[in-house]
Amino acid sequence: MTATVAPPPGPAAERAGARARRLLRAVPPIWLVLAVVIVLIAWRNPTFVEPGPFLAFLRRCAPLAVLAAGQVFVIIAGEFDLSVGALVTAVVVVAARLSDGDPAATWWLIPLLLAAGAGVGLVNGLVTTRLRVPSFIATLGMLLVLNGAVFLWSGGAPRGSLADNFRQFGRFGIELPGLGQLPYAVLILVAVGVGLWLLLSHSRFGHQVYAAGGNPRAAALSGVDVRRVRTVAFVISGLAAVVAGILLGGFTGVTAEAGVGYEFQAIAAVVLGGAVLGGGRGSVGAALAGALTLQSVFTLLNLLGLAKSLRDAVQGLIIIGAAAYAAHRLRRSG
Amino acid sequence: MTDDNGARGPALLGMHGISKSFFGVPVLNDVRLECFPGEIHAVMGENGAGKSTLMKILVGVHQPDAGRIELDGTPVRFHHPRQALAAGVSIVHQELNLLPDRTVAENIFLGREPRRRFTVDRTAMDRAATRLLATLRADDLISPRALVGRLPVAQQQLVEIARALSYAPRLLVLDEPTAALSPHEVDTLFERIRRLRADGLTVLYISHRLKEIFDLTDRITVLKDGRRVATVRTSEVDTRALVHLMVGRELDHYYPPRAAPERIGPVRLALRGAGAGPLHDIDLDLRAGEITGLAGLAGSGRTELARLLFGATRMTSGSVELDGRVRRLRSVRHAIRSGVGLLTEDRKTEGLVLQLSVRDNSLLAVRALGRRAVRRVGLGDLLDRVGLRGSTAREVRYLSGGNQQKVVLARWLATGARVLIFDEPTRGVDVGAKASIHELMRELADAGTAILMISSELPEVIGMADRIVVLREGTVAGELPAGASEAEIMLLATGEPDRRAAAVGATGAGGAA
Amino acid sequence: MTASTTARRPARVGLPLDTAAASSAPVWLVFGGVFAVAWLLVELNGGQFMTVENLQNMAVRSVALGLVAVGQTIVLIGGSLDLSVAYMVSVTAVGASFVMQGDPDRMALGVAVTLVLGVVVGLVNGLIVTGLRVNAFIATLGTSLVMSGILNALFTNFTGAVPRQFQGLGYQALGPVPVAVLLLLAVVALAWYLLRRTRFGYHLYAVGGSAEAARLSGVRTDRVVVTAHVLCSLTAVLTGLFLVSRLRSGAPWVGPDGGYDLESIAAAVVGGTALAGGRGSVAGTLAGVLILAVIDQVFNEFEVNAFLKTLIRGVIIVGAVALYAARSRRSEGSF
Repeated sequence: MTATVAPPPGPAAERAGARARRLLRAVPPIWLVLAVVIVLIAWRNPTFVEPGPFLAFLRRCAPLAVLAAGQVFVIIAGEFDLSVGALVTAVVVVAARLSDGDPAATWWLIPLLLAAGAGVGLVNGLVTTRLRVPSFIATLGMLLVLNGAVFLWSGGAPRGSLADNFRQFGRFGIELPGLGQLPYAVLILVAVGVGLWLLLSHSRFGHQVYAAGGNPRAAALSGVDVRRVRTVAFVISGLAAVVAGILLGGFTGVTAEAGVGYEFQAIAAVVLGGAVLGGGRGSVGAALAGALTLQSVFTLLNLLGLAKSLRDAVQGLIIIGAAAYAAHRLRRSG
Repeated sequence: MTDDNGARGPALLGMHGISKSFFGVPVLNDVRLECFPGEIHAVMGENGAGKSTLMKILVGVHQPDAGRIELDGTPVRFHHPRQALAAGVSIVHQELNLLPDRTVAENIFLGREPRRRFTVDRTAMDRAATRLLATLRADDLISPRALVGRLPVAQQQLVEIARALSYAPRLLVLDEPTAALSPHEVDTLFERIRRLRADGLTVLYISHRLKEIFDLTDRITVLKDGRRVATVRTSEVDTRALVHLMVGRELDHYYPPRAAPERIGPVRLALRGAGAGPLHDIDLDLRAGEITGLAGLAGSGRTELARLLFGATRMTSGSVELDGRVRRLRSVRHAIRSGVGLLTEDRKTEGLVLQLSVRDNSLLAVRALGRRAVRRVGLGDLLDRVGLRGSTAREVRYLSGGNQQKVVLARWLATGARVLIFDEPTRGVDVGAKASIHELMRELADAGTAILMISSELPEVIGMADRIVVLREGTVAGELPAGASEAEIMLLATGEPDRRAAAVGATGAGGAA
Repeated sequence: MTASTTARRPARVGLPLDTAAASSAPVWLVFGGVFAVAWLLVELNGGQFMTVENLQNMAVRSVALGLVAVGQTIVLIGGSLDLSVAYMVSVTAVGASFVMQGDPDRMALGVAVTLVLGVVVGLVNGLIVTGLRVNAFIATLGTSLVMSGILNALFTNFTGAVPRQFQGLGYQALGPVPVAVLLLLAVVALAWYLLRRTRFGYHLYAVGGSAEAARLSGVRTDRVVVTAHVLCSLTAVLTGLFLVSRLRSGAPWVGPDGGYDLESIAAAVVGGTALAGGRGSVAGTLAGVLILAVIDQVFNEFEVNAFLKTLIRGVIIVGAVALYAARSRRSEGSF
């Protein structure tokens, strides 16, 4: 435990075993859970792991995974973002109304939506950090404001439609010889995932996110601008919600319920990935794994013929279990 | 000097062979403590000697790894503070544990509110609280309905003591109760403690302040590095002997040599007429190559001054010069960028992000500065310089206090800070690490860093500082050269010629000479 | 954040302003102001505000949210929170109408069954939070999902009915005062008594203020938190019973459609209860609920779009909390 103790020399085999154990411990347990669930699905339905169906599965996961990858920044920084579901809905409804199926609109629409998402995140962040409103309330207020504003503006029901070139991101993909279609959504998920992973785990900013959530006082006294870091985390979450909205809009089309419940699912995915509410712990990779696990459990339940509504119940049990496991591990390690 | 085993009837409390380790670091080793009815018994030792841990074991907050505890000769084992309270052992912890949003009476009787049927009997509760406060002669000072958060700290302390007394204890433990009190408040507190003893209470008094121990106690148990050194009658020792027991070696042994005058360079940081909050009219020069010691009683503004220099509190008057140029330290970031670093008093809450690794904690400040700053830094080189070995991926919460302090130090080496403020640099650090931190400080100074060292341990100030600045009531009371005596420092710090302090200081300096 | 604080400040640096004794007074003042402005606006618009019908309307509208907000206040003071109340309301509404099946003889049975369910759900919530040390947000979100899953799997639409007699709870009045309003007042009074006059209340504030301080004083903190969760679930049951008495039959969506989870938290927080625990009062929460109801009434009078109402509600909630934060910061600075 102390710095100066050298590892005792032992037989090579023992050392190798220890190394394997260490490696195994370095892998967040959620990946093992995900692997087990996928094996179970493949056992019931062997075609699932063939390229085509598996890529389709990943496409289905993409919106939630992107949301989770954004949410994990906010949670590591020690806050919540409850407004992402409403933001997803807003993206779908606003895009439909503004473009009304016009393909030419897509190219200015997407930057506009991203800017709006960043703006929502900025407001969340500023209200939380400058006005010191707990993020739970601040983002709850944003949820109400977004829901109200979007439908006030669109007159109560979503109108218009999405152009095909807008929907392509969630619907279509690149034809690959032999593999079938590689969905754009999967490419976007990989790009967003890698980008956010680099940002969180390999950038100065990322380290400051962990510090701001882990011990805000110590971080501030080391020169970390805690308020700015937290605000940027909200902006990232807002941007991720816009990307998720675009993917979901392509996938499911225009509905007023596009984003309903996604805020809780995103938080659940992040918690499933081992992050701790209150800040300081978590990772993009584990959050993505959490989202994939959640979706694959749904798929498995489907295969087992469980009623759709019972999925909610199982999801509830899973996140309680995951959080209890994380709490137990934290306590055991002191 | 022989041990006083106090062969006078049965002991009220006996702790025998108590040992305890945290995370593999031994904190207490085979400690014995005996306490007789009606005495005020001091447990003393330097910071980190294990006093507080011993007391927490006594009242059931921690469980000992080995050893036994007896009350009136019967073995007891407390797994929860509740059990200790029921057995007649009350403690006032070093950190106040009160609910600021609740009233005095509600705090005192928390968990045991008097009831009438299902209702809390507030009238009875208030009356009982007033009675308890009256035993402390504080009933006209504190209303039982006052909100605790609105009381001054000295009165909150009395509420804590009243709460401890409400359990009708036979043994009362006071863990460094004077840390936040002014000298006058200390005197009144002692008056109250003596009165409690007259009423038959036995008191265990934890402190590292010699003056208080001589003023108040009957016998003294001295701890050092987690071991019991001796138990003596207060009347049979003088300060010199006691210091010798506590330190156990000549003071100058573990302090590196002071700076040679020619190595002291130009003024790096200068404060002129600075003020903010309790601070006013402060002039202070910090020179390259020099360690400036900052002494003063608790509440004199030491920590506030550190925060001011670090941009954590905004200056309301006066100016700061860094390397001869007037700068405004608008924020912590600004101060760091200007080359100032602060090692906070409390590493766990203000210094480190405990669940992050050695690497992330060491690079925290430099990463906050900017990309170019990060490129300059080699982590391995940095940790070599502070003498920290082992994996950089360990979470810092598993490190010992000394190694944690090295991580914080590495953080400021990384930013290339040229003015370093050490606020209680060796608090909670074991002796070996203490010496190496002192050596590091001296090396840094020799390399041209200007260092301000704030310490409440006068021997440390005297042993380390090339110059000693004493604060009193928010401003500089005076400056002393290297090697000044404790007496001289205390004189400036209290503002009144105090013979007892003078006597204490004389022996302290004598030990160092 | 980096202001100089001395080490010996109490464990939790609290807000030395209105606390236990008189915390709800400012909220009632705000309520008075909102009420007066509403009155003025409606009268200027040529409408009538102070009619018995209007007042009854507002009062009844406050009942559903008010009941569960009282329970939510209790858990919040204890430093926890309950997101499962919305589905607890649904479970109650569906459960009661399913058990009663329009038969007056089964009324008592229906009420008893739902109360037992409430106790069970509250116990489960409390035990997950205290025993497994799961964050209350996650724990109650989880139980909420479990309830929604089971409920939606068993019932898809309005199920059963409550007997006419039971509907008296929702529609009858004693003189000008609706029975439901009396129920709300009784619950508020009972909660006030619990919080201000019993040991449980004293311990609840202590646990929410500083769990460590409470534990060191010998308070059985876990028991207090579990009790708070049970009480909160029971108030959700009362809301469910009230709703089903108005609707005649229960459907799985009545709870979540009313947004009782987040709205009850919002009402409590607008009424001055701290999300972090240790501070708050049911009287303040009642004022918070009434403020929201009066504003609603004005919107109806002016036929404001429902979506605009949602929007403004969000702004009001955030604004109220921002004001509390600003006030506490000011007084902290002077402390």
